Amino acid sequence: MSSNIPWWSSETFWKKTAIWVTGFMFLVLIALTVDTLPQISVGSERVPAYSVINKHISYEFNDERNFQVPVIGGDDPLFGKMLSEEEAEALVTHGKKITQGRNCMGCHTLLGNGSYFAPDLTKAWLDPAWSSEGEREQMMIDFLMHPQDNARSFGSGRTMPDLNISEEEARAVIAFLKWMSSIDTNGFPYSFTVIDKEG
Amino acid sequence: MSLAHLNGGQQLAVKYYIVAVVLFVAQILFGLLSGIQYLEPDFLQGLLNFNITRTVHINAMIVWMLYGFIGSVYWLLEEESETEIVGLKLGNLGFWVLTSAVTVVVLVFLFIQTGPGDDFTRWFINEGREYIEAPRWADIGIVICMLIFFYNVAATFSKGKWSGIAGVLTLDLVALAGIYLAGMFYTTNISVDQYWWWWVIHLWVEATWEVLVGCLMAWGLMKTLGVSRKIVTTWLYIEVALMFGSGILGIGHHYFWIGTPEYWFSIGGLFSALEPVPLVAMVVHAVYDSGVRHSKGNNNPALAWLIAHAFGNFFGAGVWGFMHTLPQINLFTHGTQWSASHGHLAFFGAYATIIIAMFYIAAQYVRGQSSFGPATLGSGWKWKWALGLLNLGVVGMTVALLISGYEQSFIERAVGGSTWMGYFAAQIHPWFIQGMEWRMVFGLVTTAGIVLLVWDLLTIGKSRVVEQSRVTQTVS
Repeated sequence: MSSNIPWWSSETFWKKTAIWVTGFMFLVLIALTVDTLPQISVGSERVPAYSVINKHISYEFNDERNFQVPVIGGDDPLFGKMLSEEEAEALVTHGKKITQGRNCMGCHTLLGNGSYFAPDLTKAWLDPAWSSEGEREQMMIDFLMHPQDNARSFGSGRTMPDLNISEEEARAVIAFLKWMSSIDTNGFPYSFTVIDKEG
Repeated sequence: MSLAHLNGGQQLAVKYYIVAVVLFVAQILFGLLSGIQYLEPDFLQGLLNFNITRTVHINAMIVWMLYGFIGSVYWLLEEESETEIVGLKLGNLGFWVLTSAVTVVVLVFLFIQTGPGDDFTRWFINEGREYIEAPRWADIGIVICMLIFFYNVAATFSKGKWSGIAGVLTLDLVALAGIYLAGMFYTTNISVDQYWWWWVIHLWVEATWEVLVGCLMAWGLMKTLGVSRKIVTTWLYIEVALMFGSGILGIGHHYFWIGTPEYWFSIGGLFSALEPVPLVAMVVHAVYDSGVRHSKGNNNPALAWLIAHAFGNFFGAGVWGFMHTLPQINLFTHGTQWSASHGHLAFFGAYATIIIAMFYIAAQYVRGQSSFGPATLGSGWKWKWALGLLNLGVVGMTVALLISGYEQSFIERAVGGSTWMGYFAAQIHPWFIQGMEWRMVFGLVTTAGIVLLVWDLLTIGKSRVVEQSRVTQTVS
């Protein structure tokens, strides 16, 4: 009976195919990972160094790539203080750990991943919700520390709960958000209106 | 409930199944709370904020499905290997350690909730990364329990007999456990963080979990329909080849927007678009096999859930995934209710269904019935209504969420320029709110389904045993 089974439907053929295909695809994934990781390391073109929080960051349309890309401008230190690379890394790291500890992803998305109950934070630093670049830092601190009093729910009735964020913690979170806004996300979010660039 | 007539692996499996059902119920209850919070944002705010209800909702799901898988493998282990399980005591220990760990994690999620931005929080309270929020100590506990489980599976097959299913299953468990390690480290670089995070999430749910349920499907079809081993094994290899052939590089569809290079557009777009192919193969396989046997099996509820799995997997994971997998579309749908819509149908269709089928196969043996058909179950209204309500509920939620998702991708993304104002303009739009209201309605339908399912699992085949024994006594 088994001799009547054509090769393309035999158990052995598919067993070998399964093994080879799986092995091959996994090797390709490893190779791509080896290629990708240096391109997204901190300080690379796509993922800037943490000290980028000392600079002005914008998000502008790039004709060649046909979508918006982050543009790093001149000096614009966060909270008016230039930080060394180490200080910037420490601040951004503290900020990221706070976003994990407070489970921000339980409501928000970061780089589009997380929950959909609250706005995406990828470009939160650049959002026109903070009125103007001049007012932005203080508004963000006030919002994070007292989200109920400074609710930004745009008529939805949805407010951020008070997560007992101290001023020092708020500054760290803002540093993390500013750094994250400088990551080249291939044009996501699309057609984004940048603060002070409305109209 | 006497389990003395079951083999060791099966007795262990029943324990896993019981916890799985409890967590399944918890998943649905916390899903209801999250759904209400979309409609009434003040509901439980300050007590159980949305981030907590949602975290428990999705973590209960991941964990109950893992319990379902572990239970299912223990259930078939002795039969498939034709020998006694090697480390039953160790397996029991693993069960209690895992269950204690899960209980502590859930209690901490509910009562401690969040912590400061330090390492202690990540180790002992909440890691704050979607789906793998469990703190690091629990990660280590999970890995140890998975190693015990893996040892039991590999050593039992080695002592007894290896089959095609056994081989695929064992290798798949190596990958499944190994991939979990990719999520167990901290980095401030969120692009690298999410790169490896997707290794856990994607390579679990779109690769290794799919192959695991492929093994369960193969075994389930042999068990319920008596399909020949040669046929199910060949199909299993075909599915593995297609699944890993498309799914491993299909991970690229998560690498469009996290900082990774543009070449992932082509790789992710192409391979993830192929991911539905093996799911079509599974539908063909399951429907053909039941067709040629005129759906005459020895366990009607299990067979019905296996067929629900084949279609649910194809539509939920395949079609709903394909709809927004191409980067040109995903740019507008990534991080909207589209993902929620896809998530609901995919997790239910691909995984919940087949685990429920395994529950019914177990129930038949636990209740000592030679078959679960009209002769032993009567009209079987409970399992039929549970099947209908659960499927209707989840499909209804999926469609409702999809409508909200469409609206969101237009109003927030295309028109609103993706700002916070754009986001909220979409959230307060009547079309979005209507979607959320219908999701709630179908959430309640799903809840009715789970109530019936639990009731049915607790009672199915019981009364007939009594009647049969009476008949036997009368005859003798």
